Amino acid sequence: MCGNEALAEAAILAGCDAYFGYPITPQNEISAYLAHRMPAEGRVFIQSESELAAINMVFGAAATGKRAMTSSSSPGISLMQEGMSYLAGAELPAVVVNVMRGGPGLGNISPAQGDYFQATRGGGHGDYKTIVLGPASVQEMADCMLLAFDLADQYRITVEILADGLLGQMMEPLTLAPRPHRPLPAKDWALTGHAGGKQNIIRSLWLGEGALEEHNKKLQAKYRRIEENEVRCEEYRLDGAEVVVVAYGIVARIARAAVDQGRQEGIPVGLIRPITLWPFPSRQIGRAADTFPVVLTAEMSSGQMLEDVKLAVAGKAPVLFYGRMGGGIPSADELLGQIRELTLSKKQV
Amino acid sequence: MKTQFKRTPVLKDCPTHYCPGCGHGIAHRLLAEVIEELGIQDRTIGIAPVGCAVLAYNYLDVDMIEVAHGRAPAVATGMKRCNPDRIIFSYQGDGDLAAIGTAEIIHAAHRAEQLTVIFINNAVFGMTGGQMAPTTVLGQVTATTPEGRQSHGEGYPLQVSELLALLPGAIYVERCALSNVPRIRQAKAAMKHAFELQMQGAPGLSLVEILSPCPTYWRMSPSDAMQWIEDHMSKVFPLGRLKDMEKDER
Repeated sequence: MCGNEALAEAAILAGCDAYFGYPITPQNEISAYLAHRMPAEGRVFIQSESELAAINMVFGAAATGKRAMTSSSSPGISLMQEGMSYLAGAELPAVVVNVMRGGPGLGNISPAQGDYFQATRGGGHGDYKTIVLGPASVQEMADCMLLAFDLADQYRITVEILADGLLGQMMEPLTLAPRPHRPLPAKDWALTGHAGGKQNIIRSLWLGEGALEEHNKKLQAKYRRIEENEVRCEEYRLDGAEVVVVAYGIVARIARAAVDQGRQEGIPVGLIRPITLWPFPSRQIGRAADTFPVVLTAEMSSGQMLEDVKLAVAGKAPVLFYGRMGGGIPSADELLGQIRELTLSKKQV
Repeated sequence: MKTQFKRTPVLKDCPTHYCPGCGHGIAHRLLAEVIEELGIQDRTIGIAPVGCAVLAYNYLDVDMIEVAHGRAPAVATGMKRCNPDRIIFSYQGDGDLAAIGTAEIIHAAHRAEQLTVIFINNAVFGMTGGQMAPTTVLGQVTATTPEGRQSHGEGYPLQVSELLALLPGAIYVERCALSNVPRIRQAKAAMKHAFELQMQGAPGLSLVEILSPCPTYWRMSPSDAMQWIEDHMSKVFPLGRLKDMEKDER
């Protein structure tokens, strides 16, 4: 199975009630897969007229308490930002998958990580966050999807899975099993048609004096709870490391090969891989910076996660950067070359 | 004493924020009466637009959601497909439905979504200060057509209902008005029919367009505004049933 199909089958396992999407490369395997699997399971599949419509169909389905998702790639995700802001304001649970491609504009259809800022800073208008998961393998495409609906329902929030064209297209062995049942809050806010004579209203408009500020405070308190409880990251071969690479998604996968090769050559190098990009594993990276002399951030962008790494390191160690853009993919050799240079220049110091 | 007339329980007992002479109050009342008479208050979900009626959920006692400008038919699609036994309606103005939400309404009809759409056409953007709407008639002065709307440069009034009636997925389209009592009664009958079709599982979208007065931004008295619908607006937007698949087939 390719990563996109693994994610799609995981959505079925996760109890996704409805999928809405508009075609865009390199994520089309998701909708093609779900176009037969969803109806076969008696669930809803709609190819919408636009990404604007897709995210608003998600909005409608989610408002009735159903598990709803959409998937797209960078330009389409830009179109969804309006809806994602409304989802945040209305506190509706939803899952959005972004199989990133090169930008800006129409860009190209090669893998990229240029949407990190858009994903981790909210993306649309207003002061909000979405939980952002960064899978790094076909297995994790499925695992993140399985986790996403639980997180969304637990916190009444949008979860964005930030993958890229390479993860979406590549094939790997996969084990699929439902996640253990997680107790989740009842959806007593859902619009089901005046259940029990009580009117439910879902809205993002707060006109009363101070009402919107109170609503924002409530949202921010929720975001702090998520930061406290939902940070996920992987630490790899950090024992005795003098250089620590920070990378996510497919770049982390490549960096892992570079780390293994480096270790074989006797270079003390390790890897920290954020799995949640928001909430960001700042504590883990800050702790590492106390111990390790040099941090190298590698991304398929001009340096977006780099800002979060620098904030986490807080000046305790030099933070260097290696990036490729516009669909360029770093090789393990390229990364290893960077790591070698860093260890050499450190010895010269 | 026998009660001859009372407030429907689907309409909450509170004052509205609408301007004097606005048509929304009448339209809300008709909608609430229809929901009561059909006995569907406990299975109806309504969608409020962006526009003057954004706070419709404060007045209508049914489960409601407020959505992004123009997107109501997409939101309604998500709701209805996941909950086929619920009755879903959107309540949209002309800016919402005929300008920013053109794609959503056309495609909801095109997909034959089983929805009921109440389309309030008052020929201006009311909430934002009376700007030109797609439905503004030629010569009409608005905040953004100070010399009156000219076809050259500002386009012609958009007849969305006629456009939608062409689509096989739109099964019932009727244009009504609130300009006098018989017309108001007809508007209610049309709304009721649009809901009944959905309740019967009729295979498509029902839309009732309602020509509704906006005395504030037409800069007229409420009674002149009613007369203006009769004399001018209904000439551009002819009243009547544009399509009823159920009746047309017989």
